[in-house]
Amino acid sequence: MTKKLNELTITEAQEGLKNKKFTAFELTRACLEVAKTKNKNLNAYITICEESAMTEAVRADEMIAQGKQQPLTGIPFSVKDAICTVDIRSTGSGKILDNYVAPYEATVIGKIRAQGGVLIGKTNCDAFGHGASNENSMYGPVRNPHDLSKVAGGSSGGSAASVAAHTCLFSIGEDTGGSIRQPAAFCGIVGLRVSYGRNSRYGIMPMASSLDTVGPMTKTIEDCAIVMGEIAGPDARDATTVPDVVPDYTKELSKKKKFTVGVPKEYFELDGMEAETKKIIEDKISALKNAGHKIVPISLPYTKYALPVYYIVVPSEDSSNLGRLDGIRYGVRAQVDNLYDIYAKSRGVGFPEEVKRRIMVGTYALSAGYYDAYYRKAQKVRTLIIRDFERVFETVDLLITPSSPFPAFDLGAKKDDVIAMYLADVFMSAAAVAGLPAISVPAGLTESGLPVGAQIIGPRLHESEVMNLAKQI
Amino acid sequence: MKLTAQKIEEIAKLARLDLTEKEKTLYADQLSAVLDYVEQLNEVNTDNVPETCQVTGLKNVTRADEPVTCDDDTRAKIIAAFPEKLDKVLKVKAVFESTSE
Repeated sequence: MTKKLNELTITEAQEGLKNKKFTAFELTRACLEVAKTKNKNLNAYITICEESAMTEAVRADEMIAQGKQQPLTGIPFSVKDAICTVDIRSTGSGKILDNYVAPYEATVIGKIRAQGGVLIGKTNCDAFGHGASNENSMYGPVRNPHDLSKVAGGSSGGSAASVAAHTCLFSIGEDTGGSIRQPAAFCGIVGLRVSYGRNSRYGIMPMASSLDTVGPMTKTIEDCAIVMGEIAGPDARDATTVPDVVPDYTKELSKKKKFTVGVPKEYFELDGMEAETKKIIEDKISALKNAGHKIVPISLPYTKYALPVYYIVVPSEDSSNLGRLDGIRYGVRAQVDNLYDIYAKSRGVGFPEEVKRRIMVGTYALSAGYYDAYYRKAQKVRTLIIRDFERVFETVDLLITPSSPFPAFDLGAKKDDVIAMYLADVFMSAAAVAGLPAISVPAGLTESGLPVGAQIIGPRLHESEVMNLAKQI
Repeated sequence: MKLTAQKIEEIAKLARLDLTEKEKTLYADQLSAVLDYVEQLNEVNTDNVPETCQVTGLKNVTRADEPVTCDDDTRAKIIAAFPEKLDKVLKVKAVFESTSE
């Protein structure tokens, strides 16, 4: 085996652990060493859990020795810091939770740890999921492992960088409007946004409750299917999870299926789309055609309204959800004399600029006299976007688009232009507002060596098909 | 649409956000830019289009209305996370000024 232990995929590590080629202890130590070294430049982790990870690795080795190896036993992984982990600090990248240790654990993380998954650390992100570049973290930006002068994408930028830099074998991130897919594309890994309701969100710091999802970020599609097989399914603690049977994702992935693939023209006609990105995706579409898939040009006329819908619905739900962060029951409380000031100062100091900006937009959009003009209007246009997708999925199985109009951009390049930053998620938001599954899969590199991602979007709960086509990219 | 400094202060108060003068100026410009951007939704005819309230189609998901006890370990962790406490009780400022201290 020429690969270093930390560079293995989950599939390879499972095999090695099973055949006693190495132990979970050795695998974990290899990941921790690289994580500690690379974090100095990448800033991918807010917390590295060295001690607890080694303890968990020993326990995983015991499980394997007793013949109790499960798919993720002994596999080192990272978790976005906006996801609660019991006994380990969860800041959400906001200083208002600088000292927060959750008394409970997110359902999906509990499932992984119960079977012996080894938690390497908690990853940096845009604070409470607000951003597309990871520059809105109060713990500093994450740098792109492919080029340290570039952003890692966001909001799950630390998760993407942690996987791309081989500091762990996979990560669990969150996608509200692109937060898994966009950093996955920028860092050259696989990132799956699941259908709304497919995975439990219990224990996730909520951002926009009608869009939030939790999903895997991995080195390969096979690994993505393995992690999905372990975390998907209903949860009595998240009333939005659906009771539908979870398919055997790994088994489904082994079938090489042929699809009718729609190419939505709106995703290729955007102003500001980089020619190199477009060419890489178009070449992939030609290759799919040559491989026997049917390629059909289609149109989703409401695409351009997805991002404005997103920027009404999300800040509105944000402003309500973030009301819980007030310095009263947990987190950092401002030392002032009256109750109003505790709220206002704890929040004023504990949130970064973008979080406050979104709370302001949301508060305005929901305030008396504006609700109909903004929130209600956006929710109606959202219906039209959903109908757009329903219509095309009557004739095609899946859609293919670029994940982003451009590869990773320079740190600081869009920081002062709010709308330009929002547009970095322009291809991400339609699937999100419609609650559809979508994956970003590496499609190639630009001449300067930056990854470009292809996005596959599918009908609700069709994660298997989405992964199947992604594997053939 | 340009938001006034007074409007910004009003929103910040509703949202319980203490803003610096610099932030107030910045947000007046930026919120206006965001509102201008989302303004394009008015191009869309939404007559007789229902609002999307949820995307799963699930209905009446309920659980039994029964109290669940908290185990000692979890209780201790919740108390440990209190920003200020008196023994095991969360300490907060008085809500009504006349009864403070």
